[in-house]
Amino acid sequence: MGELVHFSFKGLVVILMSAVFVNNYVLQKFLGICSFLGVSKRLDQATGMSLAVIFVMELATAVTWPIQYYLLNPHGLGYMQTIVFILVIAALVQLVEIALKKYIPSLHAALGIYLPLITTNCAVLGVAILNIDKQYDFLAAMVNSLGSGLGYFLAMVMFAGVRSRMEEGETPKAFEGLPILLVAASIVSVSFFGFSGVIDRLFS
Amino acid sequence: MKKLGILTNGILKENPVLVLILGTCPTLAISTQASNAIGMGLAATAVLVCSNIAISALRKVIPDNVRIPCYIVLIAGFVTVVEMLVKAYAPALDESLGIYLPLIVVNCIILGRAEMFANKNTVIDSALDGIGMGLGFTLALLIMAVIREALGSGTVFGHVLPVLLNNHISILTLAPGGFFVYGCMIALVNRLTGGKASRNGEKGCQCCPSAAACGKLQDTGCGKDGEV
Repeated sequence: MGELVHFSFKGLVVILMSAVFVNNYVLQKFLGICSFLGVSKRLDQATGMSLAVIFVMELATAVTWPIQYYLLNPHGLGYMQTIVFILVIAALVQLVEIALKKYIPSLHAALGIYLPLITTNCAVLGVAILNIDKQYDFLAAMVNSLGSGLGYFLAMVMFAGVRSRMEEGETPKAFEGLPILLVAASIVSVSFFGFSGVIDRLFS
Repeated sequence: MKKLGILTNGILKENPVLVLILGTCPTLAISTQASNAIGMGLAATAVLVCSNIAISALRKVIPDNVRIPCYIVLIAGFVTVVEMLVKAYAPALDESLGIYLPLIVVNCIILGRAEMFANKNTVIDSALDGIGMGLGFTLALLIMAVIREALGSGTVFGHVLPVLLNNHISILTLAPGGFFVYGCMIALVNRLTGGKASRNGEKGCQCCPSAAACGKLQDTGCGKDGEV
């Protein structure tokens, strides 16, 4: 593992913006596709799921980053990353669910059903690993997670809108169900290309 | 004969990617180049065979209530082994697979087969199932990668294709192309099998560890009306 990379405020803004628009987790990096296709049918559910994802991503980064740098690396256990991260995230989600149920039942009622879906969501493990791969410092890692979560939120909400319009249209028999969803996702994904140059140019 | 059936089941009849609709994330992400597709497919196959054998051998030892965490630990262990081997012997492949290599842990094909097959069947059957499913995954990934690489960048395995090179559709190698080609391939399978892929998406969903939670979202589509 090399040196940590530190960022100025402008650098952090660039990380945030690129995570939301340019390197969108769902539409450009293909992480969290199952939930993207499964839970985007209704806007309220898409919103709930996305909020839960943002929450868990932040929490997972806040826990896994210190584990990597203060526990695994000093003891030469960097290669245990995958095992440790997936277990920590799974346990974390369980704990959060229990804690929410006991102390903030209203929030649990709103987000509770989405939490178990997140345990094996590759977007959460993906963001935890990417933060370490890119050698972000703690602040940058948190900002990147927030951006990734917001990007997921944006993609979900946009796609829920597209889907509600699609239900009214007639699709060819073979394309019914999943195939037409993937084609729609492809078109939504094209729209994100519009951002790719903008973020770099805007801040450089 | 029955053993042969288990082996071929995963390759064609229940192809994990095209019929069961599992493991969508790596399928979409890695299928930009044929050589990467084979690397990813074989890495996942290795993990799948090992985890199927281990889970099947331990199926009487692992208590039912905590089986999912146990499976995840076993799978993560094998993924780490494969990761280290790839890093040591194929650094170029490690570079191009990047984050998707450790993410084999959350690939639903592996947990799905553990849940649906390995914890009910003998070690040998599970190993065969793992090989079949792994090859099916590799094959589907390879077909998709060849389509995307040939039409998208005019090459196959890095070899130049004369006409396509000057007429390539570069968007096919980018993210939207992945969604589009995958959608068209599932549509083709649907067409050939009379809607089997869309119906089976349901079956794939049931073996996902979060199926129980997903089912609570009444009409999300996860396993309800055959949509995803």
